[in-house]
Amino acid sequence: MTGIQLPSYLDQDEKTRARLDRLKQREVILEVNNLTKVFDSPQGRITALKNVSFKTHRREFVCIIGPSGCGKSTLVRMLAGLESITSGEILLDGEPKLEPGPDRGMVFQGYTLFPWLTVKKNVMFGLQMQGRSKSQAESEAMQWVEMVGLSKFANHYPQQLSGGMKQRVAIARALANQPRILLMDEPFGALDAQTRAKMQASLFDIWRNIDITICFITHDLDEAIYLADRILVLKAHPGEVQELIEVPVPRPRNPEQFISPEFLATKKRLEELIHPPVSDKEEEPFQLIRMARAGDEVENGLESVE
Amino acid sequence: MGILKVDDASIAPEKVQWFAARRPLPQKASRMLTVFSFLMPLLIWSIVSYVPFVWHPKVAVVDPGSVSWFQEGSLIDKADFAEEVELAMTEGRLPPTGEPANPVYLPAPHEVAKAFYTSFTTEPKRKSESWLHESLWHSVQVIFWGFVLSSIIGIPLGILCGTYVAISRLHEPFIEFFRYLPAPAFGALAVAILGIHDGPKIAIIFIGTFFQQVLVVANTTRKLDVALIEAALTLGARKFHLLFRVVIPGIITDLYRDLRILLGWAWTYLIVAELIGTSSGITWFITQQARYKNFDNVFAAIIMIGIIGLISDLLLGWLGKHIFPWEKVSRNV
Ligand SMILES: Nc1ncnc2c1ncn2[C@@H]1O[C@H](COP(=O)(O)OP(=O)(O)O)[C@@H](O)[C@H]1O
Ligand SMILES: [Mg+2]
Repeated sequence: MTGIQLPSYLDQDEKTRARLDRLKQREVILEVNNLTKVFDSPQGRITALKNVSFKTHRREFVCIIGPSGCGKSTLVRMLAGLESITSGEILLDGEPKLEPGPDRGMVFQGYTLFPWLTVKKNVMFGLQMQGRSKSQAESEAMQWVEMVGLSKFANHYPQQLSGGMKQRVAIARALANQPRILLMDEPFGALDAQTRAKMQASLFDIWRNIDITICFITHDLDEAIYLADRILVLKAHPGEVQELIEVPVPRPRNPEQFISPEFLATKKRLEELIHPPVSDKEEEPFQLIRMARAGDEVENGLESVE
Repeated sequence: MGILKVDDASIAPEKVQWFAARRPLPQKASRMLTVFSFLMPLLIWSIVSYVPFVWHPKVAVVDPGSVSWFQEGSLIDKADFAEEVELAMTEGRLPPTGEPANPVYLPAPHEVAKAFYTSFTTEPKRKSESWLHESLWHSVQVIFWGFVLSSIIGIPLGILCGTYVAISRLHEPFIEFFRYLPAPAFGALAVAILGIHDGPKIAIIFIGTFFQQVLVVANTTRKLDVALIEAALTLGARKFHLLFRVVIPGIITDLYRDLRILLGWAWTYLIVAELIGTSSGITWFITQQARYKNFDNVFAAIIMIGIIGLISDLLLGWLGKHIFPWEKVSRNV
């Protein structure tokens, strides 16, 4: 980036600062203290996460970002109660959480809808587990199905839906339980760019309209900045918190902000953190041997070397 | 198919690629091959039966001539027949005549086809013996009870083994060992314990099915995507709900397919089972007919077993499409 003078990612305008201050005064929903995870694998012990601590406040949208293999999935799975804790603690509303439960909704990257249930029944699933009667669950589920814009598909089976639609159902299914926090592990990672943009907009709509705190994992810098109030940046081997960035981009967000100075400044900072300029010593560079001549003139504007 | 209406008749149909790995064949080609798969063995059988210079190691005597030990219709080795003809010629006697024929154990297709009908209409030789349809029905009942009893215990145990590692470790090693013991080996024991009638037969089918069944069902259960279980956990599902609302519906279509395959195996145990104690059912019919050298009936009965197996499998397949609507959906998309 030559020539353009970017502001610091730490500069926040008045309104944004006030909004973030208010955010931090809200009650703490999720508190993570010194969370560590060690896997015993045949290759030896792997410290996937080391002393991770952070807090999320009510109705906050926090993104967790980091290079692949830094333990993002492990972290969110621990938050969901799907992975045991090696040390540290996870507090939801001040209560320690060790087991999975409906108070923490989860949306996975892979589609995990139940293939034997229709869209409506997928959304009803959690409600029925909560002991709602069938008719009660049905009417509640339909509201969520409507909310994600799939009323027409209520009686379709998951296989009949596109990837984006499946994730909509997954979101509706998780939200139907009215969890305290919605955990999302790269939920739009498998979608094409256009669908992904639509899904981000829909997620915003949902988040604005209901009382939900969202913890969203991604490895896409743009996505993180576009969605988050704050971004928790992890580094790999072992997974540790590098920085908690307050996103200076004002709300409400729109796609035009992708090229705003605050946005680019934040992105630059994230890039520095995630792709540090030092070369990776663990990976050997490609050993390339030149085997082609034909077509060189196209690239270099030279005469053909025949 | 049928979505795009092409008026231009000049567009040539796509050339069928017969050997493209894992590519589907056009429906017409695939149907044609299905028909061929039955026609080919029938064709070979017909050639061997009806073309006189193919095989035909025997001679069926038409006129015994002067040979005293020949009878009309009896089957004589080709070499013996030629010897007798030569002997008669040199001694100036009337030589026997005959036609090339196959051994008695290979009846021609038309004879077996006729036996399909006549074997049902032939009265049993003795009052105490049963008609063919009674024998068949008896066999079906033995299979049914053996299979149902095995399934009542085997399916739940298999699902539990596939779901809970503790239950799997507790049962599977022994079952793994036991399944190597050939079921027929328990025949004598089964008779000693359960008497000579249907008890031991059902027991053999049970032993032959059960141990495989537990392992197969456990493996199928383990193939269920663990992400579905995790999703259910985050939605608040626990123990029984997890088992009945997630694991079982999640594997039910594969389980159904497994049972269809296992039912096929149960038929193979039937033949052994029916020889135990007092011989009964279709096996009794087959051995009895073989003893009378009615090999057309033997073939007819064997083919009947095949047809019953195939039809019941097709029926179950058809039924499956209707019980599991989401399966049908996935095929259409
Ligand atoms: N079940 C497991 N057993 C052993 N190692 C694991 C397991 N799950 C994850 N890991 C390791 O933990 C690290 C973090 O993985 P993961 O959380 O999936 O990273 P991310 O989601 O950020 O790409 C990786 O090095 C991975 O190999
Ligand atoms: Mg991951």
